[in-house]
Amino acid sequence: MKSNNSILKTILVSLVLCLVCSSVISFTAISLREKQEANVLLDKQETILAAAGLLKEQESVDQIFSSISEKIVNLDTGKYDHTIDLSSYNQKDYSNNELTSKTLVPKEDIAVIKRRENFAKVYLYYKDEVLEAIILPVRGLGLWGTLYGYMALESDLQTVIGLEFYKHKETPGLGAEVNNPKWKALWKGKKIYDANDEVILSVIKGQVKRNSPSSLYEVDGLSGATITSKGVTNLLHFWLGKMGYGPYLKKLKESNLGNSNV
Amino acid sequence: MSKAKQILLNPIFNDNPIALQVLGVCSALAVTTNLYVTLIMCLALTLVCGFSNLFVSIIRNHIPSNIRIIVQITIIASLVVIVDELLKAYDYESSKTMTVFVALIVTNCIVMGRAEAFAMQNTPFLSFLDGIGNGLGYSLILIFVAAFRELLGAGTLLNYEILPLIQNNGWYTGNNFFLLPPSSFIIIALLIWGLRSWKKDQVEEAQFKVAENSLELEESKM
Repeated sequence: MKSNNSILKTILVSLVLCLVCSSVISFTAISLREKQEANVLLDKQETILAAAGLLKEQESVDQIFSSISEKIVNLDTGKYDHTIDLSSYNQKDYSNNELTSKTLVPKEDIAVIKRRENFAKVYLYYKDEVLEAIILPVRGLGLWGTLYGYMALESDLQTVIGLEFYKHKETPGLGAEVNNPKWKALWKGKKIYDANDEVILSVIKGQVKRNSPSSLYEVDGLSGATITSKGVTNLLHFWLGKMGYGPYLKKLKESNLGNSNV
Repeated sequence: MSKAKQILLNPIFNDNPIALQVLGVCSALAVTTNLYVTLIMCLALTLVCGFSNLFVSIIRNHIPSNIRIIVQITIIASLVVIVDELLKAYDYESSKTMTVFVALIVTNCIVMGRAEAFAMQNTPFLSFLDGIGNGLGYSLILIFVAAFRELLGAGTLLNYEILPLIQNNGWYTGNNFFLLPPSSFIIIALLIWGLRSWKKDQVEEAQFKVAENSLELEESKM
């Protein structure tokens, strides 16, 4: 088989192989893309609905999601932005682009996200024209990587409905317990801001004492996952604070609960 | 036993890639915390191993020997990308946690090893069977390890609750050790021990003998 090792044959074989392999892969990727994108979207919508406690077994995700309105918020001013196209908005593109994001100095960057986009997409759920829930995308560093999720607030913009993560890299059984239904259920009804409008809602170490006055602002820590628990606290403090949705939530509160345009 | 049947079944007990050749242990550590994830991984690896053997064998007479490893890896990597794309399209939920590990099949020693050691010398049909057989041998060990780890670590099997956990008002305290990678080392080692006690011919000859304790030696001289 000496002829196989000639330069011509070597180049020919590698060329043909590369061509065949790349065209097969391209074909698979393109023919499956639509299905994959639908999966990603569905998963995202499901998380949003789950955070707001709107998932029902009888209705499809699409159906429920149609009752949710999406809006783009300018995080610096706290006002809605109507110039950005809703369907083409992509958080990653915005936070990676220097023109549409803010580089955070370590002191501000408690959630360790490095850059914060200036525009964020929020989700509002109206029932009979009254704002029932507002769902905000949040993210921040856990132990092994960034946790991505949604936080849903009641219309008083102070009470939590739920917190749901759709992407994380935490240890199964320890940090990954952020997805444990029992733990997620602890968030419902917790309050976010103290009397001075500072975020004080936190995941604490150990269990919350039922009768203590601060119990409304505390959630049980995940046992064996101190760093993940701290990460969750930090990301909430960041996103609900002045650098995150703080200005927007304040505007929303002043403007009769978002029924008029901010 | 016919040759084809032997090639297919031999890797399962007699020549198991993990237990006898001790190959491909890396992924056995990573993906065995949950039985469902493991099943997907086993399916992916078995398919990739079978088809990479098939394609390598088909073109084996045209592969220049100086670039044969690159050719094999190109074929394996393409198959892995296809499996990953299929997973993203048809089982998005598990692809979210699996993508990283599926991509690592490219470097799995079993797949590479079979392509190089078997498919380069044998006909396509036999190579395909050999790939599937080795995939099954790998799967057997992984499924056993995963069942062990998921049951003792999380109290579930295929995400169905078997031992109710204390966190969920049950009685079982999950053993977190089984959720961490080192536990599969121990389970695999126990499995190898068991298998070699059953099939004595798999026991390797000792490469050296441990010397007697020199202190004791000196004492006995005194």
